[in-house]
Amino acid sequence: MISRKVVHIGWNLEYLMFLFTRLSGASILILAAVGLVMAFIMGARQQMDLGTLLRWTFFPNPNHVVNTVADVQAGWQNGFWEVMQILIVFFGVTHGINGLRVVLEDYIKGNVLQTIVRVGLFLLWIFIFVFAIYVIRAG
Amino acid sequence: MAINRKVSLWNGLRYRGGSTMWVWVLHRVSGVAMILFISLHVLAGFLTQQLGSDVGIFINTIYESLAFQVFIFLCVLYHVINGIRIILLDLYPKLIEYQREVTWLQWLIFIPVYGLAIYIMITLALKGQ
Repeated sequence: MISRKVVHIGWNLEYLMFLFTRLSGASILILAAVGLVMAFIMGARQQMDLGTLLRWTFFPNPNHVVNTVADVQAGWQNGFWEVMQILIVFFGVTHGINGLRVVLEDYIKGNVLQTIVRVGLFLLWIFIFVFAIYVIRAG
Repeated sequence: MAINRKVSLWNGLRYRGGSTMWVWVLHRVSGVAMILFISLHVLAGFLTQQLGSDVGIFINTIYESLAFQVFIFLCVLYHVINGIRIILLDLYPKLIEYQREVTWLQWLIFIPVYGLAIYIMITLALKGQ
């Protein structure tokens, strides 16, 4: 077994992603709490099922959350919810892709393979993020 | 102290770390499950919206089934509660001494919340809603 070099504390990738994982996790919780409370304020108390509520909580997009409450539709197609969607997609996707990187790098050996995995994950991250922005702006 | 992260799968399976190791395994498995779920969900949305293909509808039909929702809610809730524990223990390192107790406290929070949610989901499904 080959031991890795000791990682010194500093502003390197591992430390930055360590901080980002904690901060983005907490941010997703706060954003989800805001989405959940706002969904309840805007009529989820009467006419929504659990699936719709969760869709509203984690990705509040008019194409994603289809509901029958008439006054809700007009109330939430504005910049506030667009910013909410962009933030939750950015934190969620980056948190997830970084988590996948950490998991995969525990099981791969060699610098070449590591570079391939990192480039692949980076392209996947860009692809999902660009696509999500497209869905948000089109909605 | 050197960190050896490149451990083979066999050595990983043989390692007996007790309850805290299983917390780590559950956090990892639930995280990867959520990445798979969300990636396929985004792909399904793209296929349905842009190409009008049936594959997206097929994927989303699986996601709307009761068994899948019960499973994915387990992943989300466990990952959230364990994530809060990790953040709190990083902020207050003195609490790491009580790691084992905290992992049991997590189940005390998890079981009522999860139990109530799946109780509501199953009773609604039985009513046919």
